[in-house]
Amino acid sequence: MATTVAEARPAHGGAGRPANKPVPKHGRATPYLFLVPYLVLFLGFIAIPAIYGIWISLHDYDYLLPNQPWNGLANYTQLFTSTGRDAADFWHSMEATGIFTLCSVPFLVTLPLGVALIINRKFPGRTFFRAAFFAPYVLGVAVVGLLFRFLLSPRGGVVNGYLNDIGIHSNPPWITQLPWAWISLVAMTVWWTLGFNAIIYLAGLQDISPELYEAADIDGAGSWQKFRNVTLPGLRPVLLFVLTLTILASANMFGQAFLVTNGAPANQTRTAIMEIANVGLKQYRQGAAAAMSYILAIVLILISLVNFRLFRTNQDT
Amino acid sequence: MDKVTTPLTRRGFLGAVGALGGAAALAACGGSSKPPGSGGATGSAAAGKTYSGPAVKLAFWNGWTGGDQPFAKQMVDQFNAQNKGKIQVQMNVSQWADFFQKLPAAVQSGNGPDVAVMHIDDIPTQAAQQVIVPLDAIASALGFTASMFAPAVWNGGMYKGKRYGIPIDVHDLGLYYNKDLFDKAGISSPPTDENSYMDACDKLKSKGIQGSWVSPFQFTGAFMFMSLLWQYGGDLYNSDVSKATWDSEAGMKALNFMLSLITKGYSPKNVAQDADFNALQAGKNALNWQGIWQVPTVRGLKSTKIEFAPLPKIGPKGGVWGNSHQFVLPRNGSSDPNKQAAARFFIRWFTEREAEWAKSAKVPAETKLQKSSAFTQGLSYLKPFAEEVPDVHFPPSVAGIGDATQKLYDAIQAAVLGKSSAQAALSNSAKSATSILAANKKKYG
Repeated sequence: MATTVAEARPAHGGAGRPANKPVPKHGRATPYLFLVPYLVLFLGFIAIPAIYGIWISLHDYDYLLPNQPWNGLANYTQLFTSTGRDAADFWHSMEATGIFTLCSVPFLVTLPLGVALIINRKFPGRTFFRAAFFAPYVLGVAVVGLLFRFLLSPRGGVVNGYLNDIGIHSNPPWITQLPWAWISLVAMTVWWTLGFNAIIYLAGLQDISPELYEAADIDGAGSWQKFRNVTLPGLRPVLLFVLTLTILASANMFGQAFLVTNGAPANQTRTAIMEIANVGLKQYRQGAAAAMSYILAIVLILISLVNFRLFRTNQDT
Repeated sequence: MDKVTTPLTRRGFLGAVGALGGAAALAACGGSSKPPGSGGATGSAAAGKTYSGPAVKLAFWNGWTGGDQPFAKQMVDQFNAQNKGKIQVQMNVSQWADFFQKLPAAVQSGNGPDVAVMHIDDIPTQAAQQVIVPLDAIASALGFTASMFAPAVWNGGMYKGKRYGIPIDVHDLGLYYNKDLFDKAGISSPPTDENSYMDACDKLKSKGIQGSWVSPFQFTGAFMFMSLLWQYGGDLYNSDVSKATWDSEAGMKALNFMLSLITKGYSPKNVAQDADFNALQAGKNALNWQGIWQVPTVRGLKSTKIEFAPLPKIGPKGGVWGNSHQFVLPRNGSSDPNKQAAARFFIRWFTEREAEWAKSAKVPAETKLQKSSAFTQGLSYLKPFAEEVPDVHFPPSVAGIGDATQKLYDAIQAAVLGKSSAQAALSNSAKSATSILAANKKKYG
């Protein structure tokens, strides 16, 4: 409405309007009105819960009990005291999360790049392969988890069945012992989410101007030099995006470990999110669980900041 | 712990975030909680023998997945067929682990079921959180008294002097043995004490069989430990449940017995979850301390013959790990007296048919039904499990006890997998369990 009114007004006839001031194209509220739908969701499902969570973390909170006693910072301090109730379990789970992130992120950043480079070329059946690499990502974590449990079960699993067929009878305990359990979790996550990162890379690759490659050809650059000096710099913003997103996704890993290993052996594959869910929903201690969530969130924010900083300095030099 | 020394006070915090607004308002609406509804507990004297009200639907929730489910469904179908046009029970089954996340949330939002089933050791926590309501009046209206049950079964459904659970069954640990391997090793009867147990293991070993696999997991390695602990005269907790006592001398004896099975070569070192039981079925393991619920699985085997016996008395006393399913009444949003009457009718109907339910491999909770011919003759293979019921121990009726006992499960796993010495595993876990008990006492009162 406001827009129509503003535009309908003759530009030169505005009473008392200085001649050089441009005519507003829309009312003041318009941009905010456009943002309202998202803002409502953001406030309702992100901002308010995030603030309310701080309040929860300061109580001995159990939503089923009539009273939520004030706890001050005790939920936090116990995590940093060696005798604290959750300290050992929580930091073990953080360690597990760290191991998973360190092992999965390199594969999830490099392999999809390779895939993207290949499916970016022109060859017969390209569309099919693009779809094939992306297909697993469409599946829910429950489907993937169940699938891999059947595949990897140490006894009666498909993988060990085939290994036996080709003469390997050691029956690796894929989901019950380390390091096998980590190998399985990382491999299934790479298989599952590789397609997503590959598509992002693909979009980034198609954004790089073909003239740059032509110029490189004229300068006599080989394919490695073209990759090193044209493709990689062109992909820098995409790389940062993929890296940040992948680190966050890996650090929030829950479904795979919950469904496939269920923390075995001896809770060594129990990730931070699993531990938080365990304390909050099974032990009915939402206060302690909220405190752990904030610690995890702070760690992830710090890592993301470091990420951005690293990439920015690279760009500046 | 001490409120005075807490540097950050509630008031101080609120002042600090006052600028953010909202938080205080949120806290005000977040903490609200209805007082425990009496819904269902204050029933009339109706003994649940008949139901004459209008047609109602009863939501019935439980965690009977797996082998229990077909039997439960069959009984509910039978009930619904008999009560067509009056009561229709709608059963909703989810895994136990999910059940205890779903039920409290549903009850809290007023969408809980009319009847539910839970294990005896979950009752105190759910009662303290007012997810379920006391049903003393209903138990007496239905005519249940202490004399009808083994003491542990009857007292287990109590929390703070009030009854919350009506017993349906007992499911306990028994000795599973592979008859084929026994014949091969020349063992004529199942072992009953330490000497005959070790003798059987020796004979099996001489035939190249590791005869008694030790599981590092709760199912059923920790259950084996608890049974042994009670047999040696120990207990999980002291009498007022303020201290974990599994690091006692009896606890050490129990754990050392299990570890000796490994060091003497009667068990492999790293047994995976359920691998002990799978090996029993595959003819690689001969003796397994296993739950009654696996009976249908091994009875279905064609190639291997597996039989059952009471647990051997390794220690001087009788001690058997067990648990019990009990009917509970969730706190309802509505307090429709017709639904309450229908729920009583259903509970009575079901508990009268415990012997039929026992087909899903359970021991009926009621002593009379344990002795009924439907059970003793129809299900004679379950006799060893029924014989042990007087020796069965349940966890104490204390809210949040599962969090403390979890420490024991972790300790057993660490010790059996050789990641920690027996002494350190038991004493460290008992120490942290004791502090959990204190925290729970403060939380639940």
